[in-house]
Amino acid sequence: MTNKISDETIDYVAVLAKLELSEAEKESAKADMERMLDYIDTLNELDTEGIVPMSHVFPISNVFREDVVKNDDRHEEMLANAPEQKEQSYKVPKTIV
Amino acid sequence: MDIRSLTAVELGRKIRQKEVTVKEAVEAYLTQIEAVDSEINSFVTVDREGALKRAEEVQRHIDQGMLTGPLAGVPVAVKDNLCTKDLLTTCASKMLSDFIPPYTAEAVANLERAGAVVIGKTNMDEFAMGSTSETSWYGPTKNPWNTEHVPGGSSGGSCAAVAAFEAPLALGSDTGGSIRQPSAYCGVVGIKPTYGTVSRYGLIAYGSSLDQVGPIARDVADCAAALQTLASHDEKDSTCVERKDTDFTGALTADIKGMRIGIPKEYFGEGLDEEVKARIMEAARTLAAQGAVVEEFDLALVPYAIPAYYVIASAEASSNLARFDGVKYGYRAQGYEELHGMYKTTRAEGFGAEVKRRIMLGSFVLSSGYYDAYYLKALRTKALIKAEFDKVFERYDIILAPAAPTTAPKLGASLSDPMKMYLSDIYTISVNLAGLPGISIPVGKDSRGLPVGMQLIANCFAEKKLIRAAYSFECATNRRYVAGVCSGRFQTQEEGGKQDVETV
Amino acid sequence: MSKQYETVIGLEVHVELATKTKIFCSCSTEFGGKANTHTCPVCTGMPGALPVLNRQVVEYAMAAGLATNCKITQRCKFDRKNYFYPDNPQNYQISQLYLPIARDGYVEIETDRQKKKVRIHEMHMEEDAGKLVHDEWEDCSLVDYNRSGVPLIEIVSEPDMRSAEEVIAYLEKLRTILQYLGVSDCKLQEGSMRADVNLSVREAGSTEFGTRTEMKNLNSFKAISRAIEGERMRQIELLEEGKPVVQETRRWDDNKEYSYPMRSKEDAQDYRYFPEPDLTPIIISDEWIAEVKAKEPEFQTEKISRYQEEYKLPRYDAEIITNSKKMADLFEQAAELCGQPKKVSNWLMGETMRLLNENNREPEDIPFSPENLAKLVNLTEAGIINSSVAKEVFEKVFAEDVDPEQYVEEHGLKTVNDEGALREVIEKVIAGNPQAVADYKGGKEKALGSLVGQTMKAMKGKADPAMVNEMLKQCM
Repeated sequence: MTNKISDETIDYVAVLAKLELSEAEKESAKADMERMLDYIDTLNELDTEGIVPMSHVFPISNVFREDVVKNDDRHEEMLANAPEQKEQSYKVPKTIV
Repeated sequence: MDIRSLTAVELGRKIRQKEVTVKEAVEAYLTQIEAVDSEINSFVTVDREGALKRAEEVQRHIDQGMLTGPLAGVPVAVKDNLCTKDLLTTCASKMLSDFIPPYTAEAVANLERAGAVVIGKTNMDEFAMGSTSETSWYGPTKNPWNTEHVPGGSSGGSCAAVAAFEAPLALGSDTGGSIRQPSAYCGVVGIKPTYGTVSRYGLIAYGSSLDQVGPIARDVADCAAALQTLASHDEKDSTCVERKDTDFTGALTADIKGMRIGIPKEYFGEGLDEEVKARIMEAARTLAAQGAVVEEFDLALVPYAIPAYYVIASAEASSNLARFDGVKYGYRAQGYEELHGMYKTTRAEGFGAEVKRRIMLGSFVLSSGYYDAYYLKALRTKALIKAEFDKVFERYDIILAPAAPTTAPKLGASLSDPMKMYLSDIYTISVNLAGLPGISIPVGKDSRGLPVGMQLIANCFAEKKLIRAAYSFECATNRRYVAGVCSGRFQTQEEGGKQDVETV
Repeated sequence: MSKQYETVIGLEVHVELATKTKIFCSCSTEFGGKANTHTCPVCTGMPGALPVLNRQVVEYAMAAGLATNCKITQRCKFDRKNYFYPDNPQNYQISQLYLPIARDGYVEIETDRQKKKVRIHEMHMEEDAGKLVHDEWEDCSLVDYNRSGVPLIEIVSEPDMRSAEEVIAYLEKLRTILQYLGVSDCKLQEGSMRADVNLSVREAGSTEFGTRTEMKNLNSFKAISRAIEGERMRQIELLEEGKPVVQETRRWDDNKEYSYPMRSKEDAQDYRYFPEPDLTPIIISDEWIAEVKAKEPEFQTEKISRYQEEYKLPRYDAEIITNSKKMADLFEQAAELCGQPKKVSNWLMGETMRLLNENNREPEDIPFSPENLAKLVNLTEAGIINSSVAKEVFEKVFAEDVDPEQYVEEHGLKTVNDEGALREVIEKVIAGNPQAVADYKGGKEKALGSLVGQTMKAMKGKADPAMVNEMLKQCM
């Protein structure tokens, strides 16, 4: 095991991921991540110097829409799944403290 | 005649010839689901009412001559990560356990336009993250061949449904092998098309650059017909390619004379079960006997596909799954304090362990200071893998490989060791990284009676070669491995072709 | 304060583009409207929904880049910026980090002191967030996604500005350019133009930059000026006390005239950017650039020269009018219609600006048509109404865009040119004011004023004051 994940790192990543983790979950998350990172580190065996990172497999480009309004008012459908709503809006805990 | 013993295309023909009504077809499958699904758990949702209503409509359209295609009236099971308007779509997650989409995924809509009837939504690994269908919030799906074993995953519900005669045809999605691997475990045929062939609009994203929807059926002809219907240019998906060569059923010819087939040595080394290896080599000999030129070659980058995949897929997943936050749809926790508390509790309670594991990994590899070392490194590896395949396809038409290193493992065996589960995708993952098409077809069983699947891989947009080779294999083996008999409570597949149907 | 300090300011300006639809879906961008009426699966972040790029957004962004002397990135792409907030339905914003559409540009600004170039570091396309409304009644927030997915360009300057005055000059310059291009209406109050201020201070003469803060929530030029002054003083005080400036984002409260740090432990400010897999790269050909360049309109500097030459306007008038594209268009149309450019200019420079200021509105909000302004000029020039009536009518034109001809007719506001009627009134006024008449005759010129006033009053303002003057003198 060469990768060591600290408590701080797990806490930090949990903030980024917005996940509440129990102490036990944190411990197992640390172990899982350490193992995975060790495995991922095998990529370092590869010389990728000068290789352009590939995000899309195909050279497709310039896929556009024209600027024409096509959508009707669908607020009822869009709001139908909201856990809480009020005044035709999604209701959330207050955002400005 | 037992309707369930017909393949999708055969059933479609009988419906068009008025030998079977759409309602009879739908009822036959609903009856089978009722009989067996309590044990198999292929389905999260069975839409009895909707399917019967739709059957009437489709019948009308067939009678009026408006629907004439091969799939008109054919029941289809849809993986539960494809949105279906007004029909629960859960991704097998507590997070979406009450989500009713306001729209239908383009892939499903294409099938419906062709007259297929959605009978239900199939179980899967939660958010398609897993290789056994055990991470589902709705409990694991069982392998119809042996219910102590997993069906594979993540499209385990769709593959099990087809294998258990609960549906003649199903839709799956494949991000790292999620169609091909469970197809192998369940003894059915599944195609992962070239990236961009089937619209991803309405497919709940896991790894957007890798995800692709594809058909699962009992034989190659069914898969070809379904893929032909699924493949269409969709303006709603920017990564969807406009293809003209989608006459896949036209490729159903048993002629592979001179076809160059390469077998990567690295796929047959350590980790591959001996019995699986034997079946695959036997299948290779069958193809060679049909005139294909089969030889071995080196595919050096194989060991790097899985680590590159887990970086890319987890990174994309961590972002794709950020939208599940309890604000717009799905689960919202109770008893939180303030906004971020709501987010964290909702996500902690709504997601299962495997999903959280990947979200954590994905968030980490993208985080400040690690992006270059992990994410860019993985994208560079992907470029190398793609380049390696480009070279291979200069020499070969098809790559032949196992779909998985073993037959279906026992329930619970993989859950305790995620790394082991990840390794079961070793033969399928690089195909997704390079955007290639792949097919899995049954080539026999191991000594425990569990199916073995062979994977054929072609260059991008060369699905027709895959279909031709797979179909040639089916013909050369007299459809010996095609499940054609429905008897007993689920099914059995008697080698030696179809027999008279007998149901209990 | 013992030392001399220099303020170093860079700006991040967000501008909403004037497209009909959102950047990634076919929902309307129309402002206002009931909550969530312009939403769809894409802009509410539904599972499975996918973005498709609006071509017009790329063209507008290119136009903005070219007009600010930027280099267009001919292979550009989108990235995801990941952060959780309810106004951001996907909890990531589709933006551009690695290959923004335009880079390395500049605009020239002019202040009382000098002309200078403010360099533009880069310009990128991104989607706007929804709107959060605080609900006091239930102490919760309500989310409206009508603005979610409205296209934005963010224009990031180099830290080239040194004062609030320069900042305002830069913003006005940007606004003028973008309005001329028709790329945005750039209304600060409606939020279609927003500026975040990056500010640091350093000892005069130093070449090192100090630690900067970023200030948000600046909704007017005045707020920007106040915030710059406030933050400058705050940082200087810290430095004078030997305390460090913390690099952070602060929220300006214009009522309290103070900024507050926005950070919490839940905002890690680690956006985990990565290439957006759902969108394809954008390849911009030389031909496409040439096409966009060819569509460029006549800009302000060109207009100023032309107005001086063609319409014989003073430079000052030309500058003020051309500050706003809307006003310049209105001017040109009205001048064309009535053939009196200087008169039109006077109405715009005088009454129009006064009423805009009084109503706290911007020139882009001018509510009346060039036709009605032209008619008003014609009525005045023809002597049909006098200047005080004209002002009264103009207020109506400004408020309701009334047709002045019709309005004057309906309200009987035409100047009375009937000498007989006027003489009758004047004779009455003279008869009724013997003292004033005596005063005037005794050499008190002032007394005439009161007589004129009384006559005008009796005529209900509809007489020509010059004529009244003349006739009064005659009659006395």
